[in-house]
Amino acid sequence: MSSRVFKVWRGDKSGGRFVDYQVQAEEGMVVLDAIHQIQRTQAPDLACRWNCKAAKCGSCGAEVNGKPRLMCKTRLDALPPGDVVSVSPMRSFPLIRDLVTDVSWNFQVNQKIPPFTPRPDATWIMQQEDVDRVQEFRKCIECFLCQNVCHVLREHDLKQHFFGPRFFVRIASLQMHPMDGLDRMALLKDQAGLGLCNVTKCCTEVCPEEIHITDNAIIPMKERVVDRYYDPLAWLWRKIRHAP
Amino acid sequence: MTQTELTAAADRGLGVTARRDVWWLQPLLIFIGLTTFGVYAIWAAWQGNHYLYVGHGAYYLSPFYSPDLQAIFGFHPPFSFAFLVLWIPLGFRASCYYYRKAYYRSYMLDPPACAVGEPKNRCYQGERKFPFILQNIHRYFFYLALLLLASLWYDAIRALFFRGPTGGLQLGLGVGTLVLFFNVITLTAFTFGCNSCRHLIGGQLNCFSCSCTTRTRYKLWRGVSVLNLKHMEWAWVSLFAVGFADLYIRLCAMGIWHDVRLW
Amino acid sequence: MTDTSCKYETHEHDVIVIGAGGAGLRAAIECSAQGARTALICKSLLGKAHTVMAEGGIAAALAHMDGQDNWQTHFQDTLYGGKYLNNWRMAQLHAQEAPERVRELERWGAVFDRTPDGKIMQRAFGGHTWRRLAHVGDRTGLELIRTLQDKGVHQGIDVFMECTITRLLKDGQRVCGAFGYWRQTGRFVVFQAKAVVLATGGIGKCFKITSNSWESTGDGHALAYQAGAQLVDMEFMQFHPTGMVWPPGVMGLLVTEAVRGEGGLLCNNQGQRFMEKYDPKRMELSTRDVVARAIYTEVKEGRGSPHGGCFLDISHRGAETIKRKLPSMYHQFKELADVDITKEPMEVGPTAHYTMGGIKVDADTGASGVPGLYAAGECTGGVNGANRLGGNSLSDLIVFGQRAGAGAAAYASQAAAPRLDQEQVEAAAREMTSYFGRPSAEDPYRLHLDLQNTMQNLVGIFREEKDLTTALARLEELKQRAAKVGVVEGQRIYNPGWHLCRDLANMLICAEAITRAALWRKESRGAHSRLDFPQYDDYFGEHNLLVQNDGGVMKVEPCPVVKVPELIPLVEQRKAREKK
Repeated sequence: MSSRVFKVWRGDKSGGRFVDYQVQAEEGMVVLDAIHQIQRTQAPDLACRWNCKAAKCGSCGAEVNGKPRLMCKTRLDALPPGDVVSVSPMRSFPLIRDLVTDVSWNFQVNQKIPPFTPRPDATWIMQQEDVDRVQEFRKCIECFLCQNVCHVLREHDLKQHFFGPRFFVRIASLQMHPMDGLDRMALLKDQAGLGLCNVTKCCTEVCPEEIHITDNAIIPMKERVVDRYYDPLAWLWRKIRHAP
Repeated sequence: MTQTELTAAADRGLGVTARRDVWWLQPLLIFIGLTTFGVYAIWAAWQGNHYLYVGHGAYYLSPFYSPDLQAIFGFHPPFSFAFLVLWIPLGFRASCYYYRKAYYRSYMLDPPACAVGEPKNRCYQGERKFPFILQNIHRYFFYLALLLLASLWYDAIRALFFRGPTGGLQLGLGVGTLVLFFNVITLTAFTFGCNSCRHLIGGQLNCFSCSCTTRTRYKLWRGVSVLNLKHMEWAWVSLFAVGFADLYIRLCAMGIWHDVRLW
Repeated sequence: MTDTSCKYETHEHDVIVIGAGGAGLRAAIECSAQGARTALICKSLLGKAHTVMAEGGIAAALAHMDGQDNWQTHFQDTLYGGKYLNNWRMAQLHAQEAPERVRELERWGAVFDRTPDGKIMQRAFGGHTWRRLAHVGDRTGLELIRTLQDKGVHQGIDVFMECTITRLLKDGQRVCGAFGYWRQTGRFVVFQAKAVVLATGGIGKCFKITSNSWESTGDGHALAYQAGAQLVDMEFMQFHPTGMVWPPGVMGLLVTEAVRGEGGLLCNNQGQRFMEKYDPKRMELSTRDVVARAIYTEVKEGRGSPHGGCFLDISHRGAETIKRKLPSMYHQFKELADVDITKEPMEVGPTAHYTMGGIKVDADTGASGVPGLYAAGECTGGVNGANRLGGNSLSDLIVFGQRAGAGAAAYASQAAAPRLDQEQVEAAAREMTSYFGRPSAEDPYRLHLDLQNTMQNLVGIFREEKDLTTALARLEELKQRAAKVGVVEGQRIYNPGWHLCRDLANMLICAEAITRAALWRKESRGAHSRLDFPQYDDYFGEHNLLVQNDGGVMKVEPCPVVKVPELIPLVEQRKAREKK
């Protein structure tokens, strides 16, 4: 058993610092195990949000060595050996204490998205190939690491104008649902701020569920917005098709 | 338990990050790669000569100069006619979703890498305002790129025919032919892996199984999706291929390099 | 300086639902749909409840894959699995209503895997006669919770996140609200309500090796017990046969039953398929209680794997099939244990997984014995009897969540406004602040570990009288120590040590209830195995055990199994078939 130094961010809204802890590293240990060991042996009040410890609930997002990760899925032996390990809270959300941030903004955004609304003629007969795309999006465990890493939120702090990758995935899952009858294109273009995304793909890079956020959700939504608002031929085609 | 020096989590500014890997390497490589290609492409297009190799009966046309408008229409603009066509691939690549990511990161540092700070106090508008709102016309560049692709396929197939001593055309194969085929195949894979193409061909549907037409479109969409998964790789391979094809033909035409006839 | 203020805020609703897993969400949706002003209180963030861990599917006799399936067969399977100790009425409602609840989920946006003709796909599972589990790959629980979450928040339910309820408040005999604290601020809050629905899930954290998350501390069991409700079937703790045993950090983490469903083989360190000794007919696909005991026995007799489990091998199915059918298992072992299950066997061992026991409720309305107090989901007892079948938990959540919600809303619409007793509120607040500033306080983490070891070693898979009496004595000591447990340093904002102090009180009640009931039941049945009484006993086969607070003393008493006369032919038919 070897000992490793962890630099863990301790503090609250008024400020804070990295505090060093010695952790006894066991075989197969993940960062969350180390945090629990610190709680048990050195800092019983170290605040950390977690639930399932199996990468299924998405509660324990933090920044390990500066990279947004699920702590329960980050093994110590996958980090540079011998080096100190830094653990800090997700940076794009207001800090509550230590490693815990206030992610309630995300829940507010979700409320602005009109929910699944079946078409009046919905038959509920759907083939697997019709739901494959939607099922990929519904794998999302709402860890909000994509929201945290997205520079529109992280660097430019445009929470008032931008829903973030998580909710583009959510809207895509509704728009592509074969039985959904609502149109959310205006919402996407204006309120959700899809145009603020510059497809730099950090959301896809950090997604622990390996959802192709950019290629399968955001870009297809951008293309649908183009269909509706920016493509004169598509506009003409709609006019002709719906002409009396 | 000891305390280390204070590092404010709220610090902002270019390159501010807690990442300890070499995050700057990838944007740097992309910067070097794109800049090198850009400089070469402008220079090559500017030349207005050495774009066609006809030695030993071959007929290799540089992709920068395809279609050969000068030969087809017989006119001589005061500048290199390559510029009459080059704006199409330029526009196609510049508005491509992959290249957008690449140059937003490497040239505009917006962001330089994931979880790395940007220059402070920028008014960020994303792709909502001019000029980047123009990215939305990507699909029109895709349509034009299809025309160009047809021309490049013609050139590649033309490169299979060599003029014999009697003046007739005979089937043959030179290294230049392979270079041109490599070029057009990678360009085809890049073009048909385009995100706009993927949308138009089937992505815009919500129900794939609802009719005969949508089932066919679903099959096509699946194919495009396979290419799209490697869109970045095809973008780089085809970029290299097109630059290399021009260089190869140019060197042959200048007599610096000698094409080898394989068959 | 620690803030010891007892100030609190108050919220008023018709119904409050405590717990936001599948059952709590479904109950809240129903309450709100009936017009009740509804609050949903969750200990964590919304959508993170333990329901997300459910993998296999939802059992419902939709008959999409096997046309012969119907509710009667589902009912029979459930009773057979539960060794006929189930509440028949609950098992009946469960089997009858599950299909409609599943179709309802689809109408609310859930996207299940599809059959070739476009309907909801169903898969086979241990103990179910037909292919019955509606599923979404191996993440069905996530689909369920996300669907209900989105339905709920758009229906006007007030959601209170990271709020821990520490006590139910009473107005005379009836429940009139709950006292809790905000994790994010450490401040106190009182919810005043005409009815309360408990949906707090399981008690796995009483055991050292468990598949449960930190939230499964038996809060609902303890709150109800303290408020005067009865608990039933507490001796039946399901140990899932296959949990991870290595590395130490993930010990207990669930390895889905679907691995065995897909053909996984269990072997000991001599390469022997040992299930042929324990259940030669069904082998690996025997019921969970049998497989868990078999693995435990192999390990105890020295035929275990290097890390104290046995080997579960699926590699013969080929890499492609494994990655398609069991994607999350593949990733789980690859990432957490460096094991490529397409090439090498997994090491697995039993893990505390689910409690069949819980609050005794009325089958039709979810009402407990205390007026105004309702319950649904894992924190109730009855539907599963002595052993739960895989897939029956998710259907339990939505069937009885809906019923408890309707029951609570109906009660609230008739009930007069309750009166809040200041004295109770202040006592609850004093309890929470008392953990601070205790000189030479007991360490809650240490105490929790001791509790888990006690339960794991003495009240585990195999039980006997001397172990159980030792356990009771240890629990008595732990209770004494728990009275001195405290937080030495720190503040009230998001303090996990403080939180654990309060959770310990709940876990101790549950642990004692399990132990006392286990001591009472002098037979082996389903998940309860007594070394000193290895056989079925006719008397116990007709009786459930109730646990109740009798003037501060925990009392256990038997009561006859709830039967439904018109279903007797169905049950007799099944019993006759099993005899053959």
